[in-house]
Amino acid sequence: MTLFVKYNFDLVCKTLLKEKLDALDISYTLGNVGEIHIDKTLSEEKLNTLSASLKKYGIDILTNPKTTMVERIKNSIDEFLRDKDLRAINFSTYLADKLHYSYPHLSTIFSENTYTSIENYIILKKVDLAKELMCSTNLTLTEIAFQLDYSSVAHLSGQFKKTTGLTPSTFQRIMKNKTHN
Amino acid sequence: MSDRLLNIALADDDEDDRMLFSEAIDEIEIRTKLSLFNHGQELMDYLNLPNVVLPSLVFLDLNMPIKNGQQCLVEIRSNPKLKDLCVAIYSTSSSEKDIEETFLNGANIYVNKPNNFSKLREVVEKVLQLNWQYHTSNLNKETFLFRI
Repeated sequence: MTLFVKYNFDLVCKTLLKEKLDALDISYTLGNVGEIHIDKTLSEEKLNTLSASLKKYGIDILTNPKTTMVERIKNSIDEFLRDKDLRAINFSTYLADKLHYSYPHLSTIFSENTYTSIENYIILKKVDLAKELMCSTNLTLTEIAFQLDYSSVAHLSGQFKKTTGLTPSTFQRIMKNKTHN
Repeated sequence: MSDRLLNIALADDDEDDRMLFSEAIDEIEIRTKLSLFNHGQELMDYLNLPNVVLPSLVFLDLNMPIKNGQQCLVEIRSNPKLKDLCVAIYSTSSSEKDIEETFLNGANIYVNKPNNFSKLREVVEKVLQLNWQYHTSNLNKETFLFRI
């Protein structure tokens, strides 16, 4: 038997953080985009325990300010692309409001540290989400295009082919045959 | 730019192709350490060494003596220690059948060997950038499939 699940990525992470922080009896509030405000400074021992308990879920406590900012930009992009309601405003305004820096400043930090630009990363991430939706749901390409704010299914197909080198149908066929192996 | 060094491996039996690849990788912005292998068996022996530092990306030629690219790919994907390696196929073949077969066997990226140096540099850079994004971002590795 095969079960298919759909998960809310943001909720999974927040619930996990809450469980781990509560278990260590730490008093905190969760801020937006991967921020945790701790009320008192943590002892080094406690910080190490927390760091180790999060590590096995693929969560790293960031220490370098530049990589921290890059991660927060990436997390904001994830949030923005997963929630259609957020997309009533344009992304540069959303990001600047959220992280309290100007968009050109954030854009420069991103490009200097990731070998790509925010715009190109968004395209890669959108295609990644389109791939996920194609594999894990029965949505048609037209519905996926709508969900990801493409102006038309032709626009989605074009960007998919340009980014991955594969047409959406070739991609779907390969993934289907792969899982049957 | 980041000071992280990317470990890359290339298995290709053609000496000229190895040399050109190595020159191309030297010219691009991402800093790398490249290990070269003359055929598939040499690569597999290296990957199976105890305490080896695994490369973050492996380029495989398809037609090689002793052990070809498809065989290496199948071995990599069926070995628990190696199965998460990112594998790029680097071949002159553009037959759809070869391409699909490598994807079904678990390749992440299929690259057609370009016929001039500037194109080669461009292609290698694109592959490295993609690999970098997949290693540093929250992207779905199950659907890491690209043809360049």
